Amino acid sequence: MAKAWTRDGLRATALLSPAYLWLTAAVFLPLSAMLYYSLLSDVPFGDAEWRITLDNYRAFFETGTYAALLWKSIRLGLTVTVVCILIGFPCAYVLAKTIRGRSREALFLLIILPFWSNSLVRIFSWAIVLRGNGVLELAVNAVLPFDIRLNLMFTQTAVVIGLVHSYLPYVILTTYLALQAIDDTLIDAARSMGAGKLTILRRLILPLSLPGLLAGAVLVFVPVVGAFMEPRILGGRFGTYYGTVIEDQFVAVFNWPLGAALSFILLAVVLLILALSSPILRRAPA
Amino acid sequence: MAEVSVENVTKTFGATKALDSVSMDFPNGGFFALLGPSGSGKTTLLRVIAGFILADNGHIRIGGEPVERVPVERRDIGMMFQNYALFPNMTVADNVGFGLRVRKVGAAEEKRRIAEALELVQMGSLRDRKPHELSGGQRQRVALARAFVTNPRVLLLDEPLSALDKALRVDMQIELKRIQREIGITTIFVTHDQEEALTLSDKIGILRNGRMVQAGAPRDVYNAPDSVFIAEFLGDANIFSGQVEGGALRIAGGRAIRIPKGAEGANTFAIRSEDMAISLEEPTGDDTDRIRADLVQRVFAGAMATCIVEVEGRRMKIVARERDLPALPDEGPVWLSWETDRLKPVKDE
Repeated sequence: MAKAWTRDGLRATALLSPAYLWLTAAVFLPLSAMLYYSLLSDVPFGDAEWRITLDNYRAFFETGTYAALLWKSIRLGLTVTVVCILIGFPCAYVLAKTIRGRSREALFLLIILPFWSNSLVRIFSWAIVLRGNGVLELAVNAVLPFDIRLNLMFTQTAVVIGLVHSYLPYVILTTYLALQAIDDTLIDAARSMGAGKLTILRRLILPLSLPGLLAGAVLVFVPVVGAFMEPRILGGRFGTYYGTVIEDQFVAVFNWPLGAALSFILLAVVLLILALSSPILRRAPA
Repeated sequence: MAEVSVENVTKTFGATKALDSVSMDFPNGGFFALLGPSGSGKTTLLRVIAGFILADNGHIRIGGEPVERVPVERRDIGMMFQNYALFPNMTVADNVGFGLRVRKVGAAEEKRRIAEALELVQMGSLRDRKPHELSGGQRQRVALARAFVTNPRVLLLDEPLSALDKALRVDMQIELKRIQREIGITTIFVTHDQEEALTLSDKIGILRNGRMVQAGAPRDVYNAPDSVFIAEFLGDANIFSGQVEGGALRIAGGRAIRIPKGAEGANTFAIRSEDMAISLEEPTGDDTDRIRADLVQRVFAGAMATCIVEVEGRRMKIVARERDLPALPDEGPVWLSWETDRLKPVKDE
């Protein structure tokens, strides 16, 4: 028995080690390096003087600016997540339960398209659409009998639109999978018992697709809280978010230790939010 | 509770006629089986009665009220699905209470009726389980309770026992019949298992290629099948066909068989496999007819035995109690005999 166990153990180690090596190289090492940076007083390049300190973390709590920006980013994350769910759930439902055959494949292609296009190209395309005298304004004015000014560029709305466009596919795909797994005879059964469409949605479809919906929500919320490209390009003057501040530390101000510390605070807050919501995530039926 | 009637219902899917002018009455409180091979349209008929499929034309009445244009959710039916379709996110009690909640019967009433229904199917002790924690038989009971708890006008069961193993199926047949008698609800069920249909129902409707080929009490349909198809589909039967000449049927090989009185017009006859006897010696007697045959195979199956014989190149099947069979060799020449009035004239289709 002991021998068999050892052999199994060896085999498991052999099979799992590439995965662990990869995790170590791709996640653990860079993250450790950043954690180390976040504890330094200055960038350890050239002849800069540096020492180990907690000052960078202290900076977050000394002024309210960072906390306010983090809160702004979390709100942005929630807004984008909610909008993604409101648009994504009906899309996924139609895809999973109404459309059959080839047209479904075509629609899937259209949904996944944002994933295949370069994010910068995507964002600048939105800039062309949303700016004053842009595609959107011209289109709206071509239809409406009166003229309206429609300059969404450099507003929060523009940031939300850009982010929703980028992250909507996650919600649609995860929700689609969950909805697809719901047996159609469950819906038939509910109807035979007299349930209308709303009751079926509320008591069957929503609870049964909740795991997919939540998975999609997490996939959207986490990156959006740290997003910096869409806010910077589409938000302009209003585009200062927690993510853009971190980016500034690395790219513009060259204060890597502060950027790293802010990143870890973000990581901690996101993990905390996920931990707090995990009872809901776990309660969802398998 | 109500009677159901289906009148000239037709349904086409593309080029195929799933139902071709089907009519059948289901009197109040009865237990009815829709029987047929797969693709015969029996499930389509059940789903038309339920309202999941709208018929192209014809009439469906539940309790005298025409329901062709009434959607499923307002037909006041109870339906049990082949895979049970229990809601995986709800407990047994919530599954059963779903229809009551929709009908807003009130919390106390809801609780009482859930308990009552679960008691009737002997699932009272498992009310807080989730469906995935139940065995197949238990799921079946819950699905049944869920279907009748709302006191629907008609109970529709789609292959209710097909997902169970043989031993459990026989138990559940008895159970199903008991529950149906106890609540006295008009029940229509679909099955491809002829034994199940014969055991459970007061009336059987047999479908073939979308047409209702015969309907009636199980005993009547079994003893007097309309056609070759029904004779062979319900139980085992042997068919004689040929030309009628002077009160006898001349079958292949030139041999004549006496035909029963009053059936001189027919040229195809069916006889139940158990109504034929097999022997080594030529049997005697005035009211029995006999024919030579070749025994091809003798199959032992416990109490009963099946003998495969050949008459003029045509295979026939004889079913007899093992102990009634003479000491037959495994193959060789034998005599078949039967009482003439056991031959039933049937349509050759």
